[in-house]
Amino acid sequence: MILLVTLIAIVMLAAAILTVTLRNWLAATAALSVVSLALSVLFALLRAPDVALAEAAVGAGLSGVLLALTLRRVGLWTNNDGKPGDSQ
Amino acid sequence: MRRHYPQHRVIRPMGHQGNHGRLAASALFLAGLGLLLFNLVASIPFGHAPLHVGRAILERASGETGADNIVTAILLGYRGLDTLGEVTILFTAAAAAGMVLASAGRGQAQGEDAGFIFRTAAWMLFPFLLVVGAYIIIHGHLTPGGGFQGGAILAAAFFTPLLASPASPFNHRVATLVEGFAGLAFIVIGLLGMLGGGQFLTQLFGKGAPGALFSAGSLPVLYLAIGLKVGSELAGLMASVFGGKEKA
Repeated sequence: MILLVTLIAIVMLAAAILTVTLRNWLAATAALSVVSLALSVLFALLRAPDVALAEAAVGAGLSGVLLALTLRRVGLWTNNDGKPGDSQ
Repeated sequence: MRRHYPQHRVIRPMGHQGNHGRLAASALFLAGLGLLLFNLVASIPFGHAPLHVGRAILERASGETGADNIVTAILLGYRGLDTLGEVTILFTAAAAAGMVLASAGRGQAQGEDAGFIFRTAAWMLFPFLLVVGAYIIIHGHLTPGGGFQGGAILAAAFFTPLLASPASPFNHRVATLVEGFAGLAFIVIGLLGMLGGGQFLTQLFGKGAPGALFSAGSLPVLYLAIGLKVGSELAGLMASVFGGKEKA
């Protein structure tokens, strides 16, 4: 149990650091969703299924989609390393 | 529609020289915060929080509200007014976002259809997501989940087909109607509770048998209203961010 929680915490920390350091906006958004997804697994392990459901649906799902759509709307939806030259 | 911001690299100030002072202050702050949090966490045995209120609620909630799911018992039975406030906050946020986005040119469909696989999968997922969302909302007083979670899944159900084919119409008018009536239903149920001389949101129609679908009085109805309201709000919000064509 402790091992699993530690593993999830490491995944969350790695994804959170990636969110800040990645130069690609879309990849940073995906990393942020990974944080929420791992957090929802952690909530489920800690027997808080209600919070886990909310975190999975809102944190990992909707907020990621909303951020990605916002990137698309402001023209930062790029597949390369942040160079705004050839967006998809 | 693509506007580029070449200056967006400036956002990261860490790499610049001359920020060493700020960096050191940040590190010091982080170390202090870490020390405080570590002391706090180390003094609590893992998984055994000393919560007296929680224990009392665990013992009494199911009998007092009739809801098997303690979270629902708290969310709607003990602090239903706070939940109404939460829903109002969500409504205000969605309305503000919709207002800002409407002035930024909502209405034209952007982008072409997604690939065949995604389009087919989106339409095949639609009924399943609908059923899952409805189940989570309707069984909110029995099993984990409820109006907020189920509403988010309902919103996803209606948004996924739109993502697959952006040109398909999203009916904002229907979403607004559902949202308004759901919010009204919540307040009307609360006011009906006052008719018998009780307080706002006093439970109606009796508690029923524990574990039955029709139990916990008016809590399932309240959750249904919340689910529909949250679902239509989020779906409308995502559709207006996406720039879905408005069919009015």
